[in-house]
Amino acid sequence: MQLFPCPFCGPRSEAEFHFGGDAGNVRPDEDEVSADRWSSYLYMRHNQKGMSPSIWMHMTCGELFQLDRDTLTHSVAGSKALTEGGHR
Amino acid sequence: MTSFRTLQPANSLTEKVVRFTFDGQRLEGLEGDTIASALLASDVSIVGRSFKYHRPRGLWGVGVEEPNAFVDVSGTRSLVNARATTEMLVDGMDVRSVNASPSAARDRHSFVDRFARFIPSAFYYKTFMWPNWHLFEPHIRKMAGLGVIDPIATYPQPADQINETCDLLVVGGGPAGLLSALIAARSGRSVVLCDDGLELGGSLLHHRAMIDGVDGFEWVRRCRQELHTLGAKVLTRTTAFGIYDHNLVGLNERRPVGADRLWRVRPSAVFLATGAIERPLPFANNDLPGIMSAEAGLAYLRRFGAAAGKRIVVATNNSMTKEVAEAFAPIADVREVDYRRGVRIVGAHGGSRVDAVELSNGSVIQADAVLVSGGFTPTIHLFCQARGKLKWDDKLLVFRAGEDVPNVSIIGAADANFGLGEVFESAGNALRKIGCEAPAMPRLEGHSSSFEIVETWPKPKMEGRVWIDLQHDVTTKDIELAARENFVSVEHLKRYTTLGMATDQGKTSNLAGLALMAELTGRTVPEVGTTTYRPPFTPVPFGSFAGARGGVLLNPPRRLVLENLHRDDGAHLREYGGWLRPAWYGDEAEERAVQREAMQARKSVALFDGSPLGKIEVMGPQAAEFMDFIYYNTMSTLKPGRCRYGFILRESGIVYDDGVLVRLEENRFIVSCSSSHVPGVYAMLEEWRQDRFDRRRLYIHNATAQTATLTVSGPRSKVLLDAVGLGISFDDASLPHMATGWGSFDGTQVRVTRVSFTGDRSYELSIRADRAEALWSRLKHIGQSHNAVLMGLEALMTLRAEKGFIVTGKDSDGMTLPMDLGSSAPLSKKKVDYLGKRSLFTEEAQRPDRTQLVGLEVIDGGGRFPTGAHGVLKTGSGKRSLGYVTSSYHSPTLGRPIALGLIERGAARHGEVIDVQHLGEMRQARIAPPCAFDPEGERLNA
Repeated sequence: MQLFPCPFCGPRSEAEFHFGGDAGNVRPDEDEVSADRWSSYLYMRHNQKGMSPSIWMHMTCGELFQLDRDTLTHSVAGSKALTEGGHR
Repeated sequence: MTSFRTLQPANSLTEKVVRFTFDGQRLEGLEGDTIASALLASDVSIVGRSFKYHRPRGLWGVGVEEPNAFVDVSGTRSLVNARATTEMLVDGMDVRSVNASPSAARDRHSFVDRFARFIPSAFYYKTFMWPNWHLFEPHIRKMAGLGVIDPIATYPQPADQINETCDLLVVGGGPAGLLSALIAARSGRSVVLCDDGLELGGSLLHHRAMIDGVDGFEWVRRCRQELHTLGAKVLTRTTAFGIYDHNLVGLNERRPVGADRLWRVRPSAVFLATGAIERPLPFANNDLPGIMSAEAGLAYLRRFGAAAGKRIVVATNNSMTKEVAEAFAPIADVREVDYRRGVRIVGAHGGSRVDAVELSNGSVIQADAVLVSGGFTPTIHLFCQARGKLKWDDKLLVFRAGEDVPNVSIIGAADANFGLGEVFESAGNALRKIGCEAPAMPRLEGHSSSFEIVETWPKPKMEGRVWIDLQHDVTTKDIELAARENFVSVEHLKRYTTLGMATDQGKTSNLAGLALMAELTGRTVPEVGTTTYRPPFTPVPFGSFAGARGGVLLNPPRRLVLENLHRDDGAHLREYGGWLRPAWYGDEAEERAVQREAMQARKSVALFDGSPLGKIEVMGPQAAEFMDFIYYNTMSTLKPGRCRYGFILRESGIVYDDGVLVRLEENRFIVSCSSSHVPGVYAMLEEWRQDRFDRRRLYIHNATAQTATLTVSGPRSKVLLDAVGLGISFDDASLPHMATGWGSFDGTQVRVTRVSFTGDRSYELSIRADRAEALWSRLKHIGQSHNAVLMGLEALMTLRAEKGFIVTGKDSDGMTLPMDLGSSAPLSKKKVDYLGKRSLFTEEAQRPDRTQLVGLEVIDGGGRFPTGAHGVLKTGSGKRSLGYVTSSYHSPTLGRPIALGLIERGAARHGEVIDVQHLGEMRQARIAPPCAFDPEGERLNA
């Protein structure tokens, strides 16, 4: 059972969190999005070995944040809120 | 008589007699005995039968390492495959050996051993290939397995599960663990100390020592006392079975009464003081009862006053056994065989028990017990689970812990320190690492710390049957067979020969097995390596992991605030999407009741509890823009006070939910998502809000649980509500279909929303949950004079299916796009971006042969189609599926069966007849529009 540091609530059990995908998988917002670009956004996962930034939601407070976590050792380097000062 | 109870003082016993039975035989032990020590003291030499050959086996060990003495216990509480060596004897226990019938001593399957050469390692793998596995399977299955679960025994109670944090967790209460726990506790640290034995002390319970001027046993007593005074938590009979991520340690506590208890401990630091396990010596017939670990022999003598025999051979390859020979000298005839002097045992003789050993120099020694020591294997399981790497020590002949693992220290014999001085020193080093400065070391007297050992690994081509793994009957010949057949990787060796499998996981056998494999393949022991260490260290009952999560608590349903009223009205409750809801009311059979409720709802008026319906409020200046992004349909054009039906898609374009969006005010919406999707939709809304919108200008609040929704539906619904009077006009002009407004009931606000899932005029009344009871009672009361019916979910499902209204996830699947459900206008009309938009323009989404929602009419005069029946198309080579029936009911309104389905190209094929197949039966259906009743929607205003 891993401990994840929610930037708002502190360290909590992993069972309280929901995985939100790789960090940096930005939704293509331009008018014309190619099929390749869109399918890459939808389905392409890096499955990175080692330190890997990912997005998680802390289900109990409802906040999304970035978690930097080693997928090999499960060590956690840290987490950060995705908005500055609580605002986008 | 061979083994017996001595009259010497025993450390662990009282004088109170405890009665028990073993394989039906009445026996006595003393309070403080384990099952094993009581059997030994009662001269029971055969305690079990081996797994494969049904060889007679006696006690080998004294603790968790025991490979032979597994028993089933009943009479007091039911235990299966319990280790006799770690289970406390309780008055009234009925103990049975496992894998033996009628008893361990007279096992009717003992003949199997005579056929041993026909069933070598992996024989059953070979039967898979030749001649025919099915020939052997029933017999092999029947013979396999150990203990027998008592089918009527119930678990005494749900296991407690306790979460604990501390500064230091010490695993193992021997000298290293005790000293560490004590010094850490003295420094003010919070300490948990656990030990899998019945009492603290470890080797000090049976080895002589003088520590700080008192004998070892007294020193243990003082440590225990001081730990108690300092407030440390001490758990005996408690096994640390696994180390998990981020230093979570799992402990299982075996309690004398009641269920085991699971501890989840999250310490800042862990000390592993888990000791070491003695290894056997390899010689022919080294599995005979009476051949026992020398340490175990000493422990049974000193702790329980149980002597293994009267004519004892002590055979050893190391310096630790000197004390064993000395201890037995006063009460038995003791002969020593010291491998360090070049003499060794080549074989043991005996039938149901050892009676002599033959030495390499040709002499034969008569003996009724052989206490052997092949060296010690540090218990490094938890260190390896914590990702520690091992290194091979050529001098001590052990794998020992390599580089440090963060927050985990390994001390004492577990780190191959076999002298008491070294043991204490290793504890001191570990304590300094966690910041305990200059811990005071205990003073030792007359203790030599040098450990000497010579190599005695099993060799290829040894004479006779030399056992490596006692529990799973693996001999040197089996390892040689594996090598010949090229299963030389240590993981293959384990699976092929079953070396190190089963309940003891090879605690005594693994190292000898891989040393032999090293020899056979010309490699060194570290080159062969070990198998992976995985939790649990010893078996943990499922009950411990389950805790209270059983029965109704396994997945507790959510409950309606009106549940008791529904029960009073005779509701039959079922779970729907996680909620316990009325399926139908009354005493009739389900089918009749559902038909009656649906019929009456169409004729007069139905009252329905729709409280689980989603009520997620979306507020703020960005709310309209947000709703446009979330929904497939354009929502920003909705006028305040009005509602619109729409779909929420996933980014893949697949329909995730459908429902009505209510615009209460310019900047306030209510998302009425499906009852079972509320948590998912809420998380989805929150995710996109935080990703793309300004959290100061957009807020989301899930008000589902605190708001009840009571639905009044049917031609007489308006009349009924007019009579109830909610301070709001129900006229079609002021409250038309798809409009919302506020009324009040006894001073409480009621949101009245005119939407319909039945196809009839319907009103949803949403009120704070704690006032719902009064409103529901009033509706029922007034309803009496309007022929109102209480309607359960089954009747509602029938009514909505008549109208072709879908339930997402039932009438849609993981491939369904909104166009497949007949909604394609937003594709061309909606200009702004929304969830899943791009996915609707892919090649796949535009395929002409997609499966689409249709109605399916029964035209063969039969009953309704089974849900899940397939539409099929005959092709040249056979037939293929065209889709399937998603919903199927008997319509009381139409007096015929109705069905919905997803059928290939269905939208363009209304009127066509297709074959429908189910479980081999072929029928016919005519494709129709999904809506079978009132297609013009006239009843909405009737």
